[in-house]
Amino acid sequence: MSWSVIVQSLPMFQKGFILTLQMSALGILGAIILGLVCSLSQYFKVPVLKRIVGIYIELSRNTPLLIQLFFIYYGLPGLGLKFSAYVCGIIGLVFLGGSYMAEGFTGGFDGIAKSQIESGLALGLSTAQLTRYVIFPQGFALSVPALAANIIFLIKETSIFTVIAIPELTNTALDLIGMYYKTNEYLLVLIIGYAIILIPLSILLTWLERRIRYGAFGH
Amino acid sequence: MADELLRVENLNKAYGDQPVLHDINFEVNTGEVLVLLGPSGSGKSTLIRCLNGLEPYQSGDIYFKGDHVTPSSKNWQKLRQKIGMVFQSYDLFPNLKIMDNITLGPIKVQKQAKNVAEKEALALLDSVDLADYAQKYPRELSGGQKQRIAIVRALALHPEFMLFDEVTASLDPEMVRGVLEIMLDLAKQKMTMIVVTHEMNFAHQIANQVLFLEEGRILESTPGAQFFTDPKTDRAKEFLQSMDF
Amino acid sequence: MAHSGINIIFEGANFARLMGGLWVTIRVALISIAIGGVLGILLGVLRTFHNRLLRFVLRLYLEFFRIIPTVALLFLFYYILPKDMHLNLPAEEVAVIVFTLWMAAEASDIVRGALESVPQHQIESGLAIGLSRNQLYRFVLVPQSIKLMMPALINLVTRIIKTTSLLLMISVLDVINVGQQIIEANQQQYPQGAFWIYGAIFFLYFIICYPFSLLAKRLQRNK
Repeated sequence: MSWSVIVQSLPMFQKGFILTLQMSALGILGAIILGLVCSLSQYFKVPVLKRIVGIYIELSRNTPLLIQLFFIYYGLPGLGLKFSAYVCGIIGLVFLGGSYMAEGFTGGFDGIAKSQIESGLALGLSTAQLTRYVIFPQGFALSVPALAANIIFLIKETSIFTVIAIPELTNTALDLIGMYYKTNEYLLVLIIGYAIILIPLSILLTWLERRIRYGAFGH
Repeated sequence: MADELLRVENLNKAYGDQPVLHDINFEVNTGEVLVLLGPSGSGKSTLIRCLNGLEPYQSGDIYFKGDHVTPSSKNWQKLRQKIGMVFQSYDLFPNLKIMDNITLGPIKVQKQAKNVAEKEALALLDSVDLADYAQKYPRELSGGQKQRIAIVRALALHPEFMLFDEVTASLDPEMVRGVLEIMLDLAKQKMTMIVVTHEMNFAHQIANQVLFLEEGRILESTPGAQFFTDPKTDRAKEFLQSMDF
Repeated sequence: MAHSGINIIFEGANFARLMGGLWVTIRVALISIAIGGVLGILLGVLRTFHNRLLRFVLRLYLEFFRIIPTVALLFLFYYILPKDMHLNLPAEEVAVIVFTLWMAAEASDIVRGALESVPQHQIESGLAIGLSRNQLYRFVLVPQSIKLMMPALINLVTRIIKTTSLLLMISVLDVINVGQQIIEANQQQYPQGAFWIYGAIFFLYFIICYPFSLLAKRLQRNK
């Protein structure tokens, strides 16, 4: 193990680290929005849309991100749809994550007590008002643990971006290994890089879960 | 003759091919208290839930102030602000403060000004001795307090009648009285009420009329004073005995 | 035009080659799921014991496999086993080791969670009729928790199958790797080959994983 090798590689890893963070953030944000829309369309049984969402969720959940990325990056140009690797990575992460987030939200919405919804109806609330004041705040609080697990999962999945040559953390490490053969050093930095993102984040998310749960339900 | 507020004609309901309500007919006049009695599983709660559209029914008609109620969800939503309902599990919204629980309906459904709604909510809270709790969350209250708040939440919409579905059934015995006293007060103020309960003494005190149900049918409809001393049917007699009345 | 491109799948031995690659993928998944599953159940039971050191070590093992992305794990074993442990294994066997250890780690957590959610009074009434610890696990805890753990275990199986797509990265000749070769070999005749081959592999994965998802959902509902 050579410390000078590690120190010299840090500037490159820093770039990869920032790219991993950026793409994760964008992809996760997109996945949450897509997931929420999908989940609501199923919760309110929107005709047609509900069907399409059902098919999308099954396709997305039952195929690997790697093949999704290959299809988007190498396959879609055959239909005239050509995107940069960066854009493909984000599309892939949103496509994959959207279904996981949708299932997370759905779990939360389904967890709301039926009597809560009835007592909202009994006050004469409209569907929109019921969603705004009862279903959304409670369903969101119930889905936070699943959403948090998905966030961690999606960040780890960005490591697969390396297959379409996006220079994120994993790609940086593999590139350096290919050039200088210092496997131990670069793999160590790679693992520490993910640990720096994921350990504090999972502690933060656990704390957030408790706060949100307490805010909504008091226990 | 008093004015008729609610009339139910030939109401039938089934879950799949399992009938739960058979040919229900009755009416309630303004200012009257109707108590639904019967063994558990007799359909009382299902019936009361049909009256504000929480349960769909297969056939039959409901008339509110003489007007036929079209059973569409839009129509029920409009009517529900005139029908207060209180549930066994109180079901305050845990994500809202007591004040917001009470004013949600008046402000969002009836578009009252916030300060007007809050002023009235405070007055109502004061009348049930819970004014100090306005800014607390439901989790900080006992079951009896939550149920009193749930009644206030329904009253804040100025309903024309109230439905009470076993509101004391999940309360500790020492909490029950406070809730029942509020209901007796409402009866004195001539609030029209339909009440499902297992508290026989309370039912005796409050009922103008009793409907006795078994297996989804009304076996008898008897004035309150008479039902508890001299019911018409043997089944009702057995029921009263089994309830130690 | 793209629509005639579908022929690339059936050109020459292409289809048979894809199926051959798929078999490599499935073989790795099956072996890892079987060995990792058994190991995971054992470790899951161990994690319910009250030995603190044991719990700590097993927890550390789980967190290690949870935090590090599987791609990084694959390369870690792929590079480190031969270099630092002088263990020269074919890439496919390295992959089996990684997926087995990963399956065992995740399965152990599912098993532990299910065992711990059996109500305390069930354990107490088992002890009250004089069951030993082994008997308690065998007759009370395991049968009751199996129902609870099945949906999550089946979902884990689909995760392992999907993750076999990473085999490509350590040069195992899996279905995706074979697909890549076919696309390159037919570049002239089928310029849009990538669309059809990757599309086909996408659906192959779907066809394998979907029944497991359905089963997990059904079990979840009947719980």
